[in-house]
Amino acid sequence: MEEKTLEEIIARYDSPTGKVLGILGDIQRSEGYIPRETLEMLSVKIDVRISQLYSIVTFYSFFSLKPVGEHVITICMGTACHVRGAVGVLDALESLLDIHGDTTEDGKFSVTTKDNKFTVEIARCFGACSMAPVLQIDGTLYGYANPDTLPAILEQYGWRAA
Amino acid sequence: MTGVFDRAAGEVAGQKKILPGKPRIAVGLATCGIAVGGEKVYERLQEIIKKTDADISLTKTGCIGYCREEPLVNITIPGKPLVILHKVTEEDAEGIVEAVKKGTVPYKKALCRVPSWDHVTGTVITYGNGFDEIPLYADVPFFKHQKKVILRNAGFINPEDIDEYLAVGGYATAEQALTRMDSETIISEVEKSGLRGRGGAGFPTGMKWRITRDAPGAAKYIICNADEGDPGAYMNRNEMESDPHMLIEGMIIGAYAMGAKKGLIYIRAEYPLAIRRLVHAIGEARALGLLGKNIIGAGFDFDIRIATGAGAFVCGESTALVASIEGRTGRPHPRPPRLTDPGGGLWGIPSDLNNVETWCNIPVIIRNGSGWYAKIGAEKNAGTKVFSLVGKVDRVGLVEVPLGTSLNTIVCDIGNGGAQGKKVKAVQTGGPSGGCIPVRLFDTPVNYESLNAVGSIMGSGGIVVMDEDTDMVDIARYFINFATGESCGKCVPCREGLRHTLILLNRLIARKGTAKDLETLALLADTIKNTSLCGLGQSAPNPVLTTLAYFREEYDALVKP
Repeated sequence: MEEKTLEEIIARYDSPTGKVLGILGDIQRSEGYIPRETLEMLSVKIDVRISQLYSIVTFYSFFSLKPVGEHVITICMGTACHVRGAVGVLDALESLLDIHGDTTEDGKFSVTTKDNKFTVEIARCFGACSMAPVLQIDGTLYGYANPDTLPAILEQYGWRAA
Repeated sequence: MTGVFDRAAGEVAGQKKILPGKPRIAVGLATCGIAVGGEKVYERLQEIIKKTDADISLTKTGCIGYCREEPLVNITIPGKPLVILHKVTEEDAEGIVEAVKKGTVPYKKALCRVPSWDHVTGTVITYGNGFDEIPLYADVPFFKHQKKVILRNAGFINPEDIDEYLAVGGYATAEQALTRMDSETIISEVEKSGLRGRGGAGFPTGMKWRITRDAPGAAKYIICNADEGDPGAYMNRNEMESDPHMLIEGMIIGAYAMGAKKGLIYIRAEYPLAIRRLVHAIGEARALGLLGKNIIGAGFDFDIRIATGAGAFVCGESTALVASIEGRTGRPHPRPPRLTDPGGGLWGIPSDLNNVETWCNIPVIIRNGSGWYAKIGAEKNAGTKVFSLVGKVDRVGLVEVPLGTSLNTIVCDIGNGGAQGKKVKAVQTGGPSGGCIPVRLFDTPVNYESLNAVGSIMGSGGIVVMDEDTDMVDIARYFINFATGESCGKCVPCREGLRHTLILLNRLIARKGTAKDLETLALLADTIKNTSLCGLGQSAPNPVLTTLAYFREEYDALVKP
């Protein structure tokens, strides 16, 4: 992230209340992850020790330290999605994209395809439980996901069956 | 710019928007409506209206809660009932505009009609009569057993237009409170109403307010917990997306009663639309003199700020939540000091923390009186509660019922039982801290005490339905896996105990477990429950304990040779 962009983000927060998480959230949204250099730059600019920033970034599931691919696919693993087959959707996605991650359901799950086109992540809950299972691609939600509908959704993002 | 609050002007302007004297089409655009194509429907309608030069007012609204039927579109034709269309697609747009131009609606798409709507805070909007072939709102099975108090405006008004909120009685209560009531009267009304915290613990709201107000020091904070961390619960999202001003009004009244000049909404980053609508609503309120200096001309200063969370379930715990707002990892500390104590709240200032829905209850309590409110619901469980009825249930959606309504009514009458004709086996209430309740206990009234008695909790209001195909041991593992990941790691019973519980459950599911493992599992769950530092650990074993109690045979089947 450019120094200027980071400064613009920091300038949005005129009070210490909610500032650190707010800034980190903005970086995460803008870059898809939190680059180490940005974290180091931030540490100097807001005078918070890098160790403390690191502990925050690794504590909260919304932040990721791993670079992501061109498109980020986030699968919801909320309770409603779980009982309606989210694990099957994740399995199908892994097989379609030929990726194999550690299938732990914790929020830090992040696997990127070899061509760097797609990153698959897991979310706790989008609060869109009515149309479970749900997945999100680059901010757009797709409801009623199932292994059969996945290819058509992925094709919109440039995926082609091998 | 802050003007002098002129409610009447906004009210008149808003009425002209709700009943514009010409047809109005309002598309349900909450997150759920957008995700199933609501925005495309809106854009297509806009295009056709423009192209055909139709004299139709097009706007957006929130979600009435019948999520299964989305996208929903409201049609208002002067003198006729408001008609709610369901499962509307882009292809339907042309037919809708054609029909509306002829003074009618596409009957085939109609879900129900609403001749008049009671916005509860003193305003009834009368739409009109006709379209008798379309079912009445009150006859639709999904709506029939519901009582809309919190969701009174959701799906009817445009959440991005303060005028429409003013037109349905909005901010009249804040005006009444700030200009004609004192702190003591307001707090006493909230106490007498019997309102209890809707975040899950059920602590009496009025008492918390009194403690905060009476805490030493002039400065106070009020905080709204909008972190809605329970997977499977989304009522707070809809409350903020569909009626953000209701929350702001509740906070204004609370701030005045407790003498707080600063308010904060702590909201999860996963809710971008709710954040956008709140930011917009706060801006509108400031512009009308409802937030900022000398609000409503009553000589009282109050403003609201938004802070975003970053996905940590433990931040539902009050001390962890405050740590998070202050820019630290969300690890709870032992209480006292509580948030309301000097040194315990945000930046050490005594702070009152209430859930979104708790705040949303305030305007209606003050407006209609504690006596009116206390009559809704059951003993020691006054008022209504919004539940997200999800999972393997036929009619999925947000359901608002008086507290004390039975699970049977919610799951079977409103939800119509299992999806695709499957048999319902259990519900899980209260998120990862709650438990699984078997179908034979569905006559349990949904109130704080009864749910505790069967081993679960009210929580924030998620009700996840499980059917005959659901593996209950897998559900227990799902929640323990969740809690293991969310444990902040500070105390041993939670950090280590949950990890070992997960290992045991994995072993059982892999059919490598023994009867001894089942004993260990029960003992471990009990230990974690009794010795953890905070609510997360104390409640995390509930899914295991309840499935062991009610679905023991499923565990036993896994250890048989």
